[in-house]
Amino acid sequence: MKILVAIKRVIDYNVQIRVKEDGSGVVTDNVKMSTNPPDDNAIEEAVKIKESGKAKEVVAVSVGDEKVQETVRKALAVGADRGILVKTEGIIEPLAVSKILQKVVDKEKPDLVFMGKQAIDDDCNQTGQMLAALLNWPQATFASKIEVKDKILQVTREIDEGLETIEVNIPAIVTCDLRLNEPRYASLPNIMKAKKKPIEQINASDLGVDTRPRIEQIKVEEPPKRKAGIKVASVEELVQKLKNEAKVI
Amino acid sequence: MSRESMEYDVVIVGGGPSGLSTAIKLKQLNSNLNVCILEKASEIGAHILSGNVFETRALDELFPNWKELNTPIKTKVSKEKFLFLGKTKSLSWPTWLLPSVQKNHKNYIISLANLCRWLAEQAENLGVEIFPGFPASEILYDEDGSVKGVATQDMGIDKYGNKKDSFEPGIELLGKVTVFAEGCRGHLGKELIKKFDLDKGKDPQQYGIGFKEIWEIDEKNHEEGLVMHTAGWPLDNNTYGGSFMYHAENKQIFLGYVIGLDYKNPYLSPFDEFQRFKTHPAIKKIIEGGKRISYGARALIEGGFQSLPKMYMPGALLIGCDAGTLNMPKIKGSHTAMKSGMIAAEVIDEHIKNQKDLSNYDQKLRQSWLYDELFRARNVKPSFSWGLIFGIIFTGIDQILFRGKLPFTLRHKHADHETLKSADKMPKIDYPKPDNIITFDKTSSVYLTGTNHEDNQPVHLKLKDPDLPINFTLDKFDEPAQRYCPAGVYEIQKENEINKFIINAQNCIHCKTCDIKEPSQNITWVTPEGGGGPKYGNM
Repeated sequence: MKILVAIKRVIDYNVQIRVKEDGSGVVTDNVKMSTNPPDDNAIEEAVKIKESGKAKEVVAVSVGDEKVQETVRKALAVGADRGILVKTEGIIEPLAVSKILQKVVDKEKPDLVFMGKQAIDDDCNQTGQMLAALLNWPQATFASKIEVKDKILQVTREIDEGLETIEVNIPAIVTCDLRLNEPRYASLPNIMKAKKKPIEQINASDLGVDTRPRIEQIKVEEPPKRKAGIKVASVEELVQKLKNEAKVI
Repeated sequence: MSRESMEYDVVIVGGGPSGLSTAIKLKQLNSNLNVCILEKASEIGAHILSGNVFETRALDELFPNWKELNTPIKTKVSKEKFLFLGKTKSLSWPTWLLPSVQKNHKNYIISLANLCRWLAEQAENLGVEIFPGFPASEILYDEDGSVKGVATQDMGIDKYGNKKDSFEPGIELLGKVTVFAEGCRGHLGKELIKKFDLDKGKDPQQYGIGFKEIWEIDEKNHEEGLVMHTAGWPLDNNTYGGSFMYHAENKQIFLGYVIGLDYKNPYLSPFDEFQRFKTHPAIKKIIEGGKRISYGARALIEGGFQSLPKMYMPGALLIGCDAGTLNMPKIKGSHTAMKSGMIAAEVIDEHIKNQKDLSNYDQKLRQSWLYDELFRARNVKPSFSWGLIFGIIFTGIDQILFRGKLPFTLRHKHADHETLKSADKMPKIDYPKPDNIITFDKTSSVYLTGTNHEDNQPVHLKLKDPDLPINFTLDKFDEPAQRYCPAGVYEIQKENEINKFIINAQNCIHCKTCDIKEPSQNITWVTPEGGGGPKYGNM
């Protein structure tokens, strides 16, 4: 079995996001970038399945500019066997990523595609679902537990009512939740080994995919600052303020 | 427990200006050498914080063609100001009256973090292996007592010291020579100084704490290339310190404050002095309408020549501010750190090639401009122990008339942890509340540093005596850790009328001030799990 894991390079979750002065986006210069956290869980799960003997190969794929290679390299350091970088320029929306991944799946013919449930930068939560539609494969989203049973995958999902366990036929798309596992650390010797693992570079334009954005971004702005609260002296004052200032009663 | 080990010709601890320069110079001298750099930050530059007005002397030697290499060195210093601040007034000191070491017209305003990122790229292109996120936590000694390498920190240990599922043991990195370049108050450097008695016959090391904020300011207040320093308010005559304001590119200014850690009043809060400083009319008018985008703090070396330890020992070298090569009157340590690393590379190359002893470092250092610079600078900082006014008068005579060649050397008498006076003998200081426009509290400031530590790991700030803060330091000094820590790591909390000493280690921005200033030397900073700490951008 072969598992393809899609990963995304995003601004590190510890960095405080700053909006550009002209409202055209967020500042990415001099900002620490990392792998999208749930994508780390996706890689970890794929590597675990491989270590259990149920998969033969784990391939990490990402989409973006030259620097994304670093992110792919990190996946190789924690156990992926080889990498693919599909090179693009500018903003790439989830639909375009899904179409690119569809082409990669056509070429690689994996049995499973794993990825994070959503990216922490745009919070879209669309790529996995759209890829499933494009491939006409079953999908299991928000996975917090995955069991491989021959040609069937048993996936536990976290939903509002509790835990839901479903079965999907392989091949399938799985999007991973943070609770799925605890990603391992890359050890120094494995980082060294990862430097020698191959990363294939493909230009998105060569895949014949239209990656033009379908959505026009008008403006990015910071959420309004929360005003400081005040202390009231009495119940009467509180009622009066709720009536006349907040106008909620 | 046996660990994996990896062998290199040279193992370098720390990816700052000195460590990176060592690596680059080594590969330039002999491209066959295997060189690696361990860095505790999640990426090179993420733990670097510096003013920075950069003198290119060392870089000119390392890369004579650096101007063609797309370096992040862009803004040439075009104008200089020096102000004495009173509470509301300011007096401009004519720049022609500044000693030549404080003139910056040939220098550049840079982000040292970005310069380090650039140096790291050059090093990697030369074949140096750089491992960010791997702190060296332990020194390895050979049977004959010489240093044979370092071990990286175990990863995946929980707060009680047990192995988690993600446990990954540290590994041993063995080198023919190990270079310690951890920066000011490196925790391994500290161990080496003690073990090999490197500071024998030297004065106690002197430190300062430096704060830096990056502001994006109104175009009309921004003068790219302007370098401004101030002395005076809000510090009193007996406290050593001053500010810097560098107008960098993209409407940014680098605004900072440095305070000598030999201050005496335990009620002094360096962080609040810096915040208060920004409310001075001469400063406020520049940053008003602007936005603070970064914050950070780091201890720095101030001891200079008198406190510089021996920099070689069997199997290892101690360089940059891990030893203490900062030039205090110049307020610059980057070019000297780089030079100390380049000298290290020459010594190591000869050591590996011709078995020349590492003690050769001393001779090479003495023949270099680095030694000459530090020698001439030596009397400035100690003269300020007489107060700001006498310090300035003496410095004028020493630096302008004698160019640092007076026939005597003033001494540093005390280590910084010895200078605090009892709280009951010193005045309390009433700091104004932050307005959240110009001045801020520690919490919102630390938030800007992007600091994080995996929370389920052992506390990396170790107390020798866990009861001392409450039983002694609180009573005697009103527990100054609450104030000298720039990140709010230490708190005294009352629970059921009983005082408790709280360590919020996950806030630690790795400045090392507690390790230096704690009056009983009760706090020891050790490396947390790799990748923890601040994530500075262009600091």
